[in-house]
Amino acid sequence: MREEVIPISLDTVIGETGRMKAEGYRFVTMSSAELDAERIDILYHFDKNLTMKHLRLTVAKDTQVPSISSVYLAALLVENEIQDLFGLRFKGLAIDFNRTLYLDEEIKTTPLCRYTVTQANKGDAAPKPAAEGS
Amino acid sequence: MASRTIIPFGPQHPVLPEPVHLKLSVDDEVITEAIPALGYVHRGLEKLVEIRDYNQMIQVVERVCGICSMIHAMVFCQGLEEMMDVEVPPRAKYLRVIWSELHRLHSHLLWLGLFADAFGFESLFMQFWKIREKVMDINEATAGNRIIVSVNVVGGVRRDLTPEQMRWILSELVGVEQEIKRLETTILDDYTVKKRTVGKGVVTAAQAYELGLVGPTLRGSGVAQDTRLLKYAAFDAIDFEPVVESEGDCYARTKVRFREALQCIDLVRQAIAKIPEGELATKVRGKPEGEVVSRIEQPRGELLYYIKGNGKKNLDRLRIRTPTFANIPALLVMLPGMYLSDVPVIVLSIDPCISCTER
Repeated sequence: MREEVIPISLDTVIGETGRMKAEGYRFVTMSSAELDAERIDILYHFDKNLTMKHLRLTVAKDTQVPSISSVYLAALLVENEIQDLFGLRFKGLAIDFNRTLYLDEEIKTTPLCRYTVTQANKGDAAPKPAAEGS
Repeated sequence: MASRTIIPFGPQHPVLPEPVHLKLSVDDEVITEAIPALGYVHRGLEKLVEIRDYNQMIQVVERVCGICSMIHAMVFCQGLEEMMDVEVPPRAKYLRVIWSELHRLHSHLLWLGLFADAFGFESLFMQFWKIREKVMDINEATAGNRIIVSVNVVGGVRRDLTPEQMRWILSELVGVEQEIKRLETTILDDYTVKKRTVGKGVVTAAQAYELGLVGPTLRGSGVAQDTRLLKYAAFDAIDFEPVVESEGDCYARTKVRFREALQCIDLVRQAIAKIPEGELATKVRGKPEGEVVSRIEQPRGELLYYIKGNGKKNLDRLRIRTPTFANIPALLVMLPGMYLSDVPVIVLSIDPCISCTER
């Protein structure tokens, strides 16, 4: 990207977004993209006087990410959208739709992100291998 | 004795052109809290990048919104052009300005009509929509369709305007401008209109900025932010100043859109006066690779596309942030303290486009 991209970590999400707010940046939105089987990229987009700045957070898919809706209330919709479409969870959301912003309650899949479901994390015992020749 | 009640507003409501739901907590007739809910027209269009290549996606993004189809394609192509380092021919840039401002004009006329309808001014609604028909006719005559104006390709545009067509557009816009001005005293000075809009749904400049509002909703609160100041397309050669009002209420947002409708006509005239001869599109080679954020001013405000390519014909990710998505949090501030009877007018005042928002 042409604009400045600042990498951040889980520990600095709230601090960095708070710093952007203190510097007078407008929260524009967040974008997320699946990187590979384990990780998701989250970009926080900000604007000040038509110049954009982005924060990049790369996390494991099973991570709970601190919600920035306590800093920028406007983030609540996009964080709920990411919960719906990517399955990533945000803690401390101002309004948590619990994955029903777009999706119906019975839908457990994540349209824009693939998760590997194994017997182990389903809580079932591993299936016995079929007997040879059966 | 006052009692607290929760009233559902929408998703199906006579005043709403598209379905959005609000859970309104009220004390007697006064709103104390508003919680928005979405999901009634979510189509999952972003996921189509997995099966449609980046050229086919132009037709998909044109269908994100029926009111500003051309602008969605324009911001998408603009992002890909930046990513693929494609220089768009000057004539194509001017043609993009012409069609995008015609889109803004018919969108604002549509909204002015719907807004009049929201406070029960039926004849004003019909007057604005009658004028809008002329702009739709221009779209149809020049691009083949009234709504889905499919003119953008990566590298430029696929349609041209002949000198005769440009003269005809200019002559049509004379009539459109006269008719819009004829309605100015009614929409801006009428006692009934002011009674329903002045002091309703106020958002201060500081609140609007902090909530991340965009477009006429932001400019109606006194913040002179307009993505056209980025000088995309041919805006670097066109005189342009954002329309700003400072009161932050429904009336201010109406004034912004009304004045912007007239400004669109001026911008089209400037573009037609300055359009150079030349090619319509640059030949594009290669596949999109990398990340880009593309922004443009849609009739409702800043439209943002995040595009991620991997050097293949299918994109890795396309994220669309529409202006209404950014403006919905405004309702959390605008509605509390207002009467229940003001809700339709205030909701309409952000010009909600829900099919855009949910994609």
